[in-house]
Amino acid sequence: MTICYNEMVDGGRVREPYAMLSDWIETMPAEIRQMKQAEAEALFRRIGITFAVYGEGGDPDRLIPFDMMPRVFLQAEWRRLERGIKQRARALNAFLRDVYGRGEIVRAGRIPARLVYQNAAYEKAVVGFVPPRGVFSHIVGIDIVRTGRDEFYVLEDNCRTPSGVSYMLENREIMMRMFPALFRNNRIEPVDQYPELLRRTLASVAPARCEGTPTVVILTPGHYNSAYYEHSFLANLMGVELVEGSDLFVDGGFVYMRTTQGPKRVDVIYRRIDDQFLDPLCFRRDSMLGVPGLMDVYRSGGVSIASAPGAGVADDKAVYTFVPEMVRFYLGEEPILRNVQTWTLWKDEDYRYVMANLKDLVVKEVHGSGGYGMLIGPCASQAEIDAFAERIKADPGNYIAQPTLALSTSPTFVDEGVAPRHVDLRPFCLCGDRVELVPGGLTRVALREGSLVVNSSQGGGVKDTWVLSE
Amino acid sequence: MRLKITHETSYFYDPPAQGLVQSLRLTPSVHEGQRVSGWTISVSGGQRGAGFRDGAGDWIEGWTVRGPVQEVVVSIAGQVETRDTAGVLRGHRETVHPLVYLRPTPATRIDAALRDLAHSEQGEDGLDLAHRLAAAVARAIAYEPGVTEAHTTAAEALALGQGVCQDHAHALIACARERGLPARYVSGYLHSNAGGEPHDAAHAWAEIHVGTLGWVGFDAANACCPDDRYVRLGSGLDADDAAPVRGTTFGMGAESLDVRVQVEEMEQ
Repeated sequence: MTICYNEMVDGGRVREPYAMLSDWIETMPAEIRQMKQAEAEALFRRIGITFAVYGEGGDPDRLIPFDMMPRVFLQAEWRRLERGIKQRARALNAFLRDVYGRGEIVRAGRIPARLVYQNAAYEKAVVGFVPPRGVFSHIVGIDIVRTGRDEFYVLEDNCRTPSGVSYMLENREIMMRMFPALFRNNRIEPVDQYPELLRRTLASVAPARCEGTPTVVILTPGHYNSAYYEHSFLANLMGVELVEGSDLFVDGGFVYMRTTQGPKRVDVIYRRIDDQFLDPLCFRRDSMLGVPGLMDVYRSGGVSIASAPGAGVADDKAVYTFVPEMVRFYLGEEPILRNVQTWTLWKDEDYRYVMANLKDLVVKEVHGSGGYGMLIGPCASQAEIDAFAERIKADPGNYIAQPTLALSTSPTFVDEGVAPRHVDLRPFCLCGDRVELVPGGLTRVALREGSLVVNSSQGGGVKDTWVLSE
Repeated sequence: MRLKITHETSYFYDPPAQGLVQSLRLTPSVHEGQRVSGWTISVSGGQRGAGFRDGAGDWIEGWTVRGPVQEVVVSIAGQVETRDTAGVLRGHRETVHPLVYLRPTPATRIDAALRDLAHSEQGEDGLDLAHRLAAAVARAIAYEPGVTEAHTTAAEALALGQGVCQDHAHALIACARERGLPARYVSGYLHSNAGGEPHDAAHAWAEIHVGTLGWVGFDAANACCPDDRYVRLGSGLDADDAAPVRGTTFGMGAESLDVRVQVEEMEQ
């Protein structure tokens, strides 16, 4: 049995960041706790933050369980994480600039050409186009796990449209409303500046031809999308319009939005729809979600799109293994955050090792996400392992494997009181004229005892994430 | 050769359309084999968006027409001076990596018969293999208009054993990729001599990337490499991706169209 790092108790003593919370827990009667939990749920229900999961059936307006026990980082811990996250976001954008330009990293033999140019997420349509400020991924969500006091690993990068930031903001809002004393008695770094920072970041990448204050919009696939709540939430907080494809149109080399006062030119589109649906004249012809002609306007510098089409080539699980190399190659620095050891199954020796050790490994699809299409060896039955082995054999190149990590635990309210549960962290790094990060992120927690799956689609919950001031 | 090209497409909408948006890849490529002079694109009642050259070297421009509109005419006219480069695409500025063109598409997806065809030939090198594959495709698919349509895949055309230039190009692309040679679809014009082959003046062929030469054109439909009778417009992974015109029309009306293409040789 692996010993997991307990973020609250280290060496038999309560660690400094949790000292105050420890008193808080001990002095809170069980009835009060239950009452507060019910209150939190009612608040979430009222503001309407729910999460629909594709293909799972059941209640589409199901709440993601919220755990009232915050996860806490010391300022010094956060500083190091912050440097590591920003470094990684810069390297990922440098990589995207490079592979849609001269491809120096491929020429230098530091990453196989095949992984880049034959990648399904590599968009031929944007080769040679440099978006404003050279930024392709404007919101980089980096999933981080902790395995020791000073050991942090990056699990995956999300360069397209990482979701979850609305939970970071709402979790804080709810905690402040329910436990104002906690925030009076502790110096906790704020996160509520995020929407304004996001708006500023998006405005900073407006095309050179934009006159005056840039008009920013959020493009959503519509209210059937599982993240629609987040789209409308962010639009609201940023004070920008939430639009669907049919609200926008192209005319004479620019994109306009239909408004009651007539057409209004749009400069920056924060899109929450996939590349393939952006424009039927460039990508899938059957897309009804996009804007016909959008890509011609984009490529001629009439509008900016965040994230840039094609940004996905930087965040699949095969390219992931090369991110530390990107940090060295483009920034000339040593990576601050480590990668998890990864076996790539298209290599014969890796394939043999993985197939012989499936019961100890986590195997993931290269393009999978949301915790689907993966095998967690130690938790799987022999039948499940055998079935998964067959899928791997059919297409080894589509899989990678990693050791099961001893994810750290954070104290979490459970029926019996407070118990350690495994957590991860998704901070949201903003890239425009500057690279910025609010002190916090979304902490996801595996609520079932012993479970390592934190995905909200598979029984995970969320927590408020605190960074303490000096 | 000095070729004069006129290409007119008329669209009719009944009832009138609310508007349309088009993305046009209708300007000849810039390379050693062709020099363009006086090329004009106009769309009746349309507004030209900004044009740009993409990573594959194609000139693309977006056009929009505000509705209601009953008829839209897209007119292209211009002259191109061509030179025979034995199919080799030289002096063409492009930055897309050749490996991108190994990606399968629905129209060029391999099946057992295509795979057999692809492996039926052996070449001394990439170029030799490409020539042999082009010849094999020409033998396997007879030129026969009216049998296939725009959405016919390479596999379907091979099964039918008949098709037009689009089918030959798709089949050749599928075979070349199967053998590890990057391949792409090229759209353009072809000048046919009076009384010559019964081909449309709007034409398509394949380009295959071979180590020493780079991109080389192969016209399996005519069992030759493009020469000075060919005018190259642009390329893509398949016919859909390389389409000279992609457009969306707003409105419920039925669309009918009429296309006239003329490629004439001019007096010196």
